[in-house]
Amino acid sequence: MTEALRGDDAALAAALLAIDPGGLGGVVLRGPPSAARDAWIADLKRHLGENAPIRKAPAHIDDDRLLGGLDLALTLQAGRPVLRAGLLHEAVGGALIAPMAERCSPAFAARLAAAQEEAPFLLVAFDESRDGDEAPPSILRERCAFWLSIPDAPPRGDDAIASLDVAHARDRVRAIGAAPDALMHDLCLLAARWGVTSIRTLVFANAAARASAALHGRDAPNEDDAILAARLVLAPRAVYVDASEAPAEPPPAPPPEAETSPAAADAAVERLVEAAESALPQDFLRAVAAQQAQRSARARASGAGARAKSAQRGRPLTSRPGALRAGDRLDLVATLRAAAPWKRLRSAGARSETITPVRRADFRIRRFVQKRESTTIFVVDSSGSTALQRLAEVKGAIQTLLADAYVSRARVALIAFRQNAADLVVPPTRSLTQAKRRLGDLMGGGATPLAGAIDAAHALAVAERIKGRTPLIVVLSDGRGNVARDGTKGRAAGDHDARAAAAGLRAALVDAVVIDCAPHDRGDARALAQAMGAAYAPLPFVHADGVDRIVRAHAPPR
Amino acid sequence: MRTPFPFSAIVGQDDLKRALMIAVVDPAIGGVMAFGDRGSGKSTAIRALAALLPPLQVVKGCAYACDPARDAAECASDCAARRTKGAVKTETAPTPVVDLPLGATEDRVLGALDLERALTRGEKRFEPGLLARAHRGFLYVDEINLLEDHLVDLLLDVAASGENIVEREGLSIRHPARFVLIGSGNPEEGELRPQLLDRFGLAVDVRTPADVAARIAIVRAREAYDRDADAFAAAHADAERALRAALAQARARRNAVSIADPLLAKIAAICVQAGVEGLRGELTMMRAACALAALDGRDAAREDDVRAVAAMALRHRLRRDPLDDIGSTARIDRVVAEVLGA
Repeated sequence: MTEALRGDDAALAAALLAIDPGGLGGVVLRGPPSAARDAWIADLKRHLGENAPIRKAPAHIDDDRLLGGLDLALTLQAGRPVLRAGLLHEAVGGALIAPMAERCSPAFAARLAAAQEEAPFLLVAFDESRDGDEAPPSILRERCAFWLSIPDAPPRGDDAIASLDVAHARDRVRAIGAAPDALMHDLCLLAARWGVTSIRTLVFANAAARASAALHGRDAPNEDDAILAARLVLAPRAVYVDASEAPAEPPPAPPPEAETSPAAADAAVERLVEAAESALPQDFLRAVAAQQAQRSARARASGAGARAKSAQRGRPLTSRPGALRAGDRLDLVATLRAAAPWKRLRSAGARSETITPVRRADFRIRRFVQKRESTTIFVVDSSGSTALQRLAEVKGAIQTLLADAYVSRARVALIAFRQNAADLVVPPTRSLTQAKRRLGDLMGGGATPLAGAIDAAHALAVAERIKGRTPLIVVLSDGRGNVARDGTKGRAAGDHDARAAAAGLRAALVDAVVIDCAPHDRGDARALAQAMGAAYAPLPFVHADGVDRIVRAHAPPR
Repeated sequence: MRTPFPFSAIVGQDDLKRALMIAVVDPAIGGVMAFGDRGSGKSTAIRALAALLPPLQVVKGCAYACDPARDAAECASDCAARRTKGAVKTETAPTPVVDLPLGATEDRVLGALDLERALTRGEKRFEPGLLARAHRGFLYVDEINLLEDHLVDLLLDVAASGENIVEREGLSIRHPARFVLIGSGNPEEGELRPQLLDRFGLAVDVRTPADVAARIAIVRAREAYDRDADAFAAAHADAERALRAALAQARARRNAVSIADPLLAKIAAICVQAGVEGLRGELTMMRAACALAALDGRDAAREDDVRAVAAMALRHRLRRDPLDDIGSTARIDRVVAEVLGA
């Protein structure tokens, strides 16, 4: 039932969006570019009507085009101001597509969000990330009622939806009556039960229920509409899902939280929950429970801060000659200054006496510098008997680093490894609040999967680099692994794989420090540092100040 | 532009609403920072505030909306010249509430060379930026904790001096830019720079109401607003008018509100016991208490006023201990209970 149903849901969502664009805001479409996605967009266009504008805003769009303004090239050519409407303005009353929204900058996202608040258009954010390691900025996701996964195959058999009259429903939606109190009550309780706290989400759920009622020719939302709203709006945002639904397998990572409201046992809510949950594929719900916590943390962590893009903002440098490409900013005064000496020569026979003719060679492009951000990735051995003390000191060092993170533009991440796995305990963050919460429940003891930890750090470092930050890996270990990459235990295999992982890191040219915390120098950590191409710093008695000092000494130059 | 959501129709968020009203009554308090989750109605409240603000008297034609009552020398680049030509013409203008979006360029914030004029007429003219537009009004920065560093620097400088000085692109311009800074953001997504935090007079924690009845009421209000914004605004027009009048009266009364010495001593005791550095905490508490009294139509501040503003005036001024998990609000509440009695 799964694929067909999801196809149906996507088709339904397109209809609902067209019925109440202002109330529903938009949609996040997850999945790679595909025929199914194109078909979905075509559906939306059909529902919105042929005259509704649909615009696409690539992430590299410049402000002039996005917000409108003076068309520089045409103005120079014509010698009179030539204005151009912005893309955001053109999209009003239709839809704006943001492709690769998971890669867009916070500034771009903030602009879309602000524009949408002023003059409504549907926001269609394509989330083309893989494995959920990136996500569109939360400011955009928060403003989209629906978060859909596009199925691989185009949906079939949605004749039931095709037969419904979307245009008629669109006219009717404002006249739809309010949902009965009991139904609203249930929706609120269901949201609380799934850990969905945002009021805006509830507002979306209400709007979706009303649009659904309009679509199905009802005068007010009934239980079916509420179930649909719960499924389309609330379920994808669920933070935790009752694990009793899946008794066959152990529940995923986040434990189901205790019921906060005694009224949650209310039969009506149970019925709603059951209907909403049973309509969803089981694995989907479990995947939601597993991914959501992780994903939202990463989205939060990745949303902040600026990338080291130097062409557009930051402190100004001197301008230099060059071709005017999209995104560059023309230094007008310097350009005119460059053109001025040639005025008499060039304006022979020109239209106007007052205008200085500007040629391409006169263009001066502005440059800016911006500080690079750095991310310090701690890889901490939390295995064995001394782990707890070591962890406590590392926590101290992290908090010291974060306490002035704002000044040093630093982010901190922590990967702890023990037993069979390396966990990203603190995803890259600048927030003391978040780090503190996540450091709270670290555990120690067990075997030492050093190789897996180095691989995890490697992947994270590469991801950070893609985001324009300079990673520094700090390994705190005695350099002796005893779990291989495939999970088998044993000193030899563990060491062998750790060396291999270290060599991989070296090849990636990531800065690293190995802090040797073995009580006596046995050479293992030194060898690891060598294999990794890392600096080596012995610190037999790990203490927060020492760690802090070493990290600062090896921090990438800003 | 859509009709804004009426301020008086906002359900809950009493702390935020009170802080904003205090900032309207006494702009010298220095702005409001709203911490909280997304979708908890921070932006709605701040945008709704615009409709309640009393209109301003401005020098006619001045690009910076200068106050006719103030010294002309302050606005050297525009209205000083106008004023020397005899009597100053004035007009009324709405109090501005300006959005500073994340990722705004320095050009847009500071103002820049007017490209159109420069290109077509070869004239060097200054095009005022967001700071100029916010003069005598409110500057709102959503997600201020994500604002880029160089913009934070710029804001800090202008907020401290009340003047925007532009020295770039061959321009040399200075104009007054005094505004009330309103910020919002979620500390989980990044900390706010301490210097910037210190600029805010009041700080409130905005939480999504957990109470189901309140949540339903919010969804219902939003539904009614989305269905017909104008009708919704009309239904709240009386309440809005009353609120606007109350704010105007409180503003007029503000300077007449007195605060007794024993109460000042108690304010000082609260600040000392809570460990607030500097005097800004005391000053803010005193001014906020007076503003609250003015809003209540009284001529003297009472203990209740102090109690109501203590947390919002001091919350962000306590020395941070990274290892201490007790919230600042709880610490302040404890101290207030000790000094004023429970």
